Amino acid sequence: MVITYLEAIRQALREELQRDPDVFLLGEDIGVFGGAFKVTEGLLEEFGPERVIDMPLAEAGFTGMAIGAAMAGMRPVVEFQFSDFISCAFDQITNFAAKTYYRLGVPVPVVFRAPCGGGVHGGPFHSGNPESYFLHTPGLKVVAPATATDAKGLLKAAIRDNNPVLYLEHKYLYRRVREDVVEGDWITPLGRATVRKPGSEVTLLTYGAMVHVALDAVSQMGERGGGVEVIDLRSLVPLDRETIRESARKTGKVLIVHEAQRTGGFAGELTAVVNEEAFEFLDGPVRRVAAPDTPVPFSPPMEAFYLPSAATVAEAATGLLDY
Amino acid sequence: MDGDPETLVRLLYFMKLHRAVEDRIELLYRQGKLVGAVFTGRGHEAIGVGVAGLLEADDVIFPTHRDLGAYLIKGMTPRAVFLQYLGRRDGPTRGRDGNMHMGDWSLGIGAFVSHMADTVPVAAGVAFACKHRGQPRVVVCHMGDGATSRGDWHEGLNLAAVFRLPVVYVCVNNQYAYSTPLERQMAVPRIVDRAAGYGMPVDLVDGNDVLAVREVARRAIARARGGGGPSFIECVTYRLRGHGAHDDNRYVPRDFLEAGERRDPIAGFTRALHDRGMLDEAGREELDRRIAAEVEVAWTEAERSPLPAGTDTLDGVFAP
Repeated sequence: MVITYLEAIRQALREELQRDPDVFLLGEDIGVFGGAFKVTEGLLEEFGPERVIDMPLAEAGFTGMAIGAAMAGMRPVVEFQFSDFISCAFDQITNFAAKTYYRLGVPVPVVFRAPCGGGVHGGPFHSGNPESYFLHTPGLKVVAPATATDAKGLLKAAIRDNNPVLYLEHKYLYRRVREDVVEGDWITPLGRATVRKPGSEVTLLTYGAMVHVALDAVSQMGERGGGVEVIDLRSLVPLDRETIRESARKTGKVLIVHEAQRTGGFAGELTAVVNEEAFEFLDGPVRRVAAPDTPVPFSPPMEAFYLPSAATVAEAATGLLDY
Repeated sequence: MDGDPETLVRLLYFMKLHRAVEDRIELLYRQGKLVGAVFTGRGHEAIGVGVAGLLEADDVIFPTHRDLGAYLIKGMTPRAVFLQYLGRRDGPTRGRDGNMHMGDWSLGIGAFVSHMADTVPVAAGVAFACKHRGQPRVVVCHMGDGATSRGDWHEGLNLAAVFRLPVVYVCVNNQYAYSTPLERQMAVPRIVDRAAGYGMPVDLVDGNDVLAVREVARRAIARARGGGGPSFIECVTYRLRGHGAHDDNRYVPRDFLEAGERRDPIAGFTRALHDRGMLDEAGREELDRRIAAEVEVAWTEAERSPLPAGTDTLDGVFAP
């Protein structure tokens, strides 16, 4: 059945709630209101207030509560209304959720759903891409689906994983991407990238909404776009180094694209990975396209400037092809 | 009211064991045999032992770094404590964490993190799971007075109250957060004044009187187990040592320390048992001998146990 990215998230939640009585949802306005983006719409009616629980405005508190419930063997799925608000729960996630298994041997199977990203005129506090803060936290897995199928498959995998998982769902994609999603138990394993478009001249590594920007860029490039291999990482931690290695060794040129700001962004780390895995095979510098080092601006021309576009990605890819 | 001599002498045993283990740890620290920090709960023994001694095996407690007695009476051995301080492979955190940052989930002991009050909402979450599954279990969460100024404390108490969770919060109020006295931490006179604002029953109790602590804790635990929701207990005591063994405590007034020493919970409880005819001088000496021997054996075994390999660092970041 053809469903949107948002419906795929809801389908995964519904199926997991049906499958496992230990799964429950908590967050702000997820019950009666169905969530700020309506992701959880209908779930309160279907599963009741014991399993779809509205929380007070206390991100640190309800994150801690989810961690405790997970330590006791439940599988909570926390919704942060906007990924920007996850900063309030930073300590609980990085110090408690991520370190408890290492210190005590007690698993913390909790999922943090974080609606992220710009392009929706949200301004500095409703458009962020917070992955870099968390990629530097051992003990925490981080995933970022780009398609409806992976939105479902990665969420189901995250819920069943025995570790805390940060699930970055991109707000811009909620109702803009749709596809025929496998009904029933579709799992996208954590730690596996996928090739969205094969090519043999430039490797383009990306994730989340930028997968679509990259594919648009490739089609704008016409015939030259045929040489670009677009890899959707899907899972940032654990990272599929093998797929990166194979592609980089094949093409010898790597472009990295992400929506988060440039400095300290994941592209820096990926560049190092490419150097470690494929330096001898490179025929040019590893390059990156990312947002500038500013807060996410509100005004439409400023936001359009801020976000990596198909045009800027196509320009960078062409530059590498010509290198 | 507690009356059974066996129970009461058992409480004294664990209070004394708490102190004896910490006395040994302080000695080893001064001898340079321990690396890292040392935190003791000298003078706080009545609180951990008083509360945790009331818990069932499947109840859960999150103690603080001053509640060694709670760990011991809930089942952690002195040997495990020494292994932890020594960073040994077979210790409760397998060398991954040090000193009082320990727990044993199989015994129902959660570990605190240095970010004070983080365990307050986490304990609420464990209590949520117990309630959700219809289990008649109770969760206890200790914290110091310093922790009550952090946001996680306020958010956690509020959540526990809103969802009527089976949790008992116990504040070990030793009147100092590191070097900062209580009156510089808050503008209300009592911590219970803060807690009451969240809509839960509160009790203020003498934290140096183990039987008084037990009396209020027993009510709170019964309330939680019976579905009556959370409670808050403020146990007032005296911090008799510095924040850690590295801190000479010079900023604490002498009369505060003298008052604390005069009101030593172990000396007071020993006198009370003596006066009730439950423990004579010979009995007390026997108890002390037994504890000294146990500590000696525990230390000897711990010191002989293996260290982890450096490469063990890489194991266990993620659960399988």
